[in-house]
Amino acid sequence: MSKAEDKAARTETRSTWLLSAPALVLLLFAASGPLIIMLVYSFLTPGKYGNVIWEFSPDAWIGTILSRDIFDGTYSLADAHLTIFWRSVQLSLLTTLFTFLVGFPTAWFIATRTARTRALLLFLITIPFWTNLLIRTIAINQIIRNEGLLNTALLSLGVIDEPLVIIYTNVAVFIGMTYVYLPLMVLPLFAAIDRFDMRLLEAAYDLYASRWQVLRRVILPIVKPGVIAGSILVFIPALGAYVTPRILGGGRNMMIGNFIELQFGQGRNWPLGAALSVLLLVIVTVALMFYVRAATRSDSNG
Amino acid sequence: MVYAIEARSTRKVYGSGSFAVTALDNVSIAIRKGEFFTLLGPSGCGKTTLLRMIAGFETPTSGQILLNGQDISTQPPNQRPINTVFQSYALFPHLSVRENVGFGLKMKGRPDAQIAGTVERVLSLVKLEAMADRKPQQLSGGQQQRVALARALAPEPEVLLLDEPLSALDLKLRKEMQVELKRLQLELGITFIFVTHDQEEALTMSDRIGVMSAGHLLQVGPPREIYNRPVNRFVADFIGETNFIPATIAGGVATVAGGARLAVATDAPTGDHTIAVRPEHVRIGAEGDGALPATVGESVYFGTDSHVHLTLADGTAIVARQQSDATGAGVLAEGSRVGVSFADGSVQVLED
Amino acid sequence: MAEKSFSASRIPGFATTAILVFCALYLPIVMLVLYSFNSGDSVAVWEGFSLKWYPLAWSNEQVRDVTLRSLTIALVASVVATTVATMAALGTTRRKKTKGQTLIYLMINQPLMVPEIVTAVALLIFFAAIKVATGYQGLGYLIAAHSAFCIPFAYLPIRARLEGMDKTLEVAAADLYASNWQAFRYVTLPLLLPGIVAGMMLAFVTSLDDVVITLFVKSAGQDTLPTYMLAQIRRSVPPDVNAISALLLLLTVIMLTLFFLLTRKRD
Repeated sequence: MSKAEDKAARTETRSTWLLSAPALVLLLFAASGPLIIMLVYSFLTPGKYGNVIWEFSPDAWIGTILSRDIFDGTYSLADAHLTIFWRSVQLSLLTTLFTFLVGFPTAWFIATRTARTRALLLFLITIPFWTNLLIRTIAINQIIRNEGLLNTALLSLGVIDEPLVIIYTNVAVFIGMTYVYLPLMVLPLFAAIDRFDMRLLEAAYDLYASRWQVLRRVILPIVKPGVIAGSILVFIPALGAYVTPRILGGGRNMMIGNFIELQFGQGRNWPLGAALSVLLLVIVTVALMFYVRAATRSDSNG
Repeated sequence: MVYAIEARSTRKVYGSGSFAVTALDNVSIAIRKGEFFTLLGPSGCGKTTLLRMIAGFETPTSGQILLNGQDISTQPPNQRPINTVFQSYALFPHLSVRENVGFGLKMKGRPDAQIAGTVERVLSLVKLEAMADRKPQQLSGGQQQRVALARALAPEPEVLLLDEPLSALDLKLRKEMQVELKRLQLELGITFIFVTHDQEEALTMSDRIGVMSAGHLLQVGPPREIYNRPVNRFVADFIGETNFIPATIAGGVATVAGGARLAVATDAPTGDHTIAVRPEHVRIGAEGDGALPATVGESVYFGTDSHVHLTLADGTAIVARQQSDATGAGVLAEGSRVGVSFADGSVQVLED
Repeated sequence: MAEKSFSASRIPGFATTAILVFCALYLPIVMLVLYSFNSGDSVAVWEGFSLKWYPLAWSNEQVRDVTLRSLTIALVASVVATTVATMAALGTTRRKKTKGQTLIYLMINQPLMVPEIVTAVALLIFFAAIKVATGYQGLGYLIAAHSAFCIPFAYLPIRARLEGMDKTLEVAAADLYASNWQAFRYVTLPLLLPGIVAGMMLAFVTSLDDVVITLFVKSAGQDTLPTYMLAQIRRSVPPDVNAISALLLLLTVIMLTLFFLLTRKRD
């Protein structure tokens, strides 16, 4: 390289960093950096009135899955914690599966409309996507409450004699999460289906495939990146959900997010809260890595 | 003599180490003032790289670029009195035609009244006065092309660079613009450096042509010379159609397979070489009389003329171009044996 | 009725499912808006049309207070986020790949990848330490947190706009005697403006919607509209909260419509 070329390349690198610097500093201060401090806090001793005492302690990490008997000091599996973990994972997976089952036909329907209808339908999907999550949760709460619209309608139609108790159950949290996260599944699925060459279907039918075979052997393999993206986009926020389980699940049907919050409120165990947050972050990172690998693999195939 | 633009042993290497790609390899060229100079070559030959270096968008890895004898190699593009007509036109979509054309003068800080006058004059030069207040997207491809031209001419550059400006136009419009460009160049007397891969475009418009391939400048000369005296096989093949025939050269005579002897330039290199003959210089006659014996193959009809495929005694395939007649009576029967000869002075000995 | 012609892209049941999904998506929202006009305080029994909940909500001093705070934070955070995101987009888009670009990209999008509750916990811990050390309790923490998580929302549309822009335009400007600053001022910026405005709107809506991070970062007496609403929800949702929800929904729809008009591709 000549001097001038060398200088040009260095100027390029320098301006990339200089221009990005304000954003990076802000993110380091109020997003990425604190994550490291949180990791440190997970190894400290809880203070009596919240916060921490600067003494090393592995208790928070042990406490994430084991509980210590206050009398004899023996450890046993912390059933309460494990129940919350299990409920979170189960509800998040169920939500992901169900949003896919109804989201896929929806995305397909949108993608196969004419250009104008398609733009309108996409807009209709985007409105709930950008509407405050709290408002959407309130809206679903109004529907499924004991004295809500669903029960009122069913009672007056004589289908049931007593209101269905949905609110403050796992089912309520599941319905709520499916409702609030559905657009996150439909949008990436739509993006994948939109790129799908519909002439392939005619080719498949021409080669004697049945509708089911076309769906399984042609459509799904090709739109797989969209399926993976949608699943990740639903699974990650579902696993860390806080607002929806708080409003619809009540105090008993907590998820990890509510349990973490508890440690900073009544629980007064910041290190445990920090350890649980780190754990959640690790699970999410593993899921993301799975996504990146799956996405790059299907990229090189297609 | 001071040239408008000079490139001295210019090299351009992209990347480094084992990924290094040499886009331009020691190219030296001198372009005269007021000349219509064309850089001709297939895509990837380095012609656009050279153009971008003259404009200032690239810095040479080594060597220099001179404008009027001054080294401008490291001068940024906005300080060079050189303007470019881009292949994609690169018209500013948020500005009107008038604002596009006046952009360069505005950046130079000229007073508004002067800008308005110049814009008016340049727009009338390209016959677009009526479109001044439109946005580029509202114009046809040909009109956009004229705006790009007007925009580059408005600041009165010393050299105008044109990067395949006609490639996006359809055939008829392209022919019109060729004439138009040539007229403008003669009228304004500005040095034009034109880049194209279209040999016909190069032959019709240029004062001189530089043929490039794989980062090298192969031959520089007027169109007639490039066409009739190609220095090597690449130039002969790239420009027009050519028959290549292996021959042994000695003392101004080329001996081809079958023993036929052909007159070539006396200073031609001796030994085994390839000779080149254009199809329109191939004559088909009766066998014997010193002609090369050949067998007629397929004839392909093209309207004004036909291409007759022939096979020489040693199996070399050549093509002769014959004018079509109205009746089709002159069509040669496939398989018939004929004698082939070449027009005087049409046989070129290639160096490799 | 005429026989239905064969359509390869039609799959039985899909259209029905899709229509049901759209109904399910909109029924709760529409009911919410509808019942904000109910003269009774029930969310299921219609007792006649009334606008009383809107002035009632507004007459509540606390509602006015938290609304103003929400808008202030959203405005400042969206301006800050958009400014730094625009610079970052200019620094990372349409350039030769330089070392560290992946790192920058990862950092900018980090708020999208880490669950909100995790960021919230980390900020609570970090800001608590700063609050102790400096004694400063003001809105700065909320503004910093909101600005940070709004960055990717502002960055992505700006980046998309920038990537769709022909780089030759700036080259042409330089060819026509424009300095770097002039090329930015007269070519890049005007062309980028719709993307910047779109990014700012997304950032604004994102900030306005936030519950979890605000909940963890706020000091006493720093409730925003969403955290105030959340605190009001006991076993039932008060009708004035319904009215506020309907208004926020309206605001979102307006912003989104503007966003779509701005980013719509030119023909």
